[in-house]
Amino acid sequence: MSEKYRVIVQLKSGVLDVQGKAIESSLGELGVDTVSDVRVGRVVEFSASSGDDEIKKLCDELFSNPVIEDYTIEKIASEKIASERITS
Amino acid sequence: MKVGLVLFPGTNCDHDVVVASNDLFGADPEVISSRSRELPANLDLLFLPGGFSYGDYLRAGAMAKVSPIMKSVKEFGEKGGKIVGICNGFQILCEAGLLPGVLLPNKTTRFISRPVTLKVENSETYLTNSLSKGDLITAPIAHFEGNYFAAPEVIKELEENNQVLFRYCSSEGEVNHEDPNCNPNGSANSIAGITNAKGNILGFMPHPERAIGVGVPLDNPAYERGASRSELFSYQG
Repeated sequence: MSEKYRVIVQLKSGVLDVQGKAIESSLGELGVDTVSDVRVGRVVEFSASSGDDEIKKLCDELFSNPVIEDYTIEKIASEKIASERITS
Repeated sequence: MKVGLVLFPGTNCDHDVVVASNDLFGADPEVISSRSRELPANLDLLFLPGGFSYGDYLRAGAMAKVSPIMKSVKEFGEKGGKIVGICNGFQILCEAGLLPGVLLPNKTTRFISRPVTLKVENSETYLTNSLSKGDLITAPIAHFEGNYFAAPEVIKELEENNQVLFRYCSSEGEVNHEDPNCNPNGSANSIAGITNAKGNILGFMPHPERAIGVGVPLDNPAYERGASRSELFSYQG
C-alpha cells in the first residue's frame, strides 16, 4: 500500500546560504526590516510503498547532500488531518 | 594513449575537451554515453567535461552521480584510473564521493563568467607536471556553484597532503581568500581544484581547455623552461 511522504531538505547551520542572503537583501527593497536569518530549503514529496530504511537511503544518497544538508521525513496522512514525523 | 569522456544529458563542454585532448595528447577521446554501463577497456584517462548535466536539477552533479556509467567510473577511479573532472565534472566527482567536499553557490550570488588567474599548488600530477609550483596560469571560469566547501578537518587534510591543485589569485599572484579580486567565488582557502589522496583523480572549476594556446601569459617563466603554448598541461606518464 502506498503512503505519501514529504522530505524537507535544509542546509546545515553554519553553511553559507547564498540564496537566503540574496532574499534578505530583497526584503530591504520591499521596505521590510523586521525579517532576518532567511534560509532556503527544498521539499520533495512522493508516494512510496518501500520501507522506512529504503526511504532514508534515498534521502542520504540522492535527495540530500550529507556534507551540507540535513533532512526530515514526514508521512503525510491522506486525510491531511495530521502528519507524523518519523525521523529527523 | 587512450582517452575517454563521459557525456551526460546536458554536458556541453565536450567539444572543447575533444580539441584539447587532440592538441595536448594527440589522442581523440572516445565519447561514452552516461547510459552505458561499462567504460571501454584499457582507458588511460577519463574526462568528465563541464556543462549542466541534468539541468543541475536537485543539485549540480547530483543526478549525474546515479547514471548507469558511474559504477564503472567509480571502479576505474578506485583502481587508480586517471579521471579529470572539469567544472560540472568536478561537481559530479564530489557528489559521487570520488573527491571530498562540495561546490556551493558563489558567495557573490552571481554566475561568474570571466578569466581568472590560478596559482599552481601541485605540479606533481600527470596534468601539471610540465609546470612548477607557484606558476600562474590563466583560464576562464563560468559557474554559479563554484564555491568549494568542505569540513575544516577535510580542508586541513587537503592542505597537508598536497591535494590542493590550483588556488585562485589576483593577476599578480596574490592569494586573498576574502578579496573577490583574488578569490572570485568565496571558495575555502581560495581552492580552485583538488586531487584525491592517491593523485589519480583531479577536479577543478576553471576551464583550461578553453584557454589552450592562451592559458599561459607570454612572460611566464614556464616558457623559459621550454614549454610551448600547447604544453600548458602535458601528460608525462
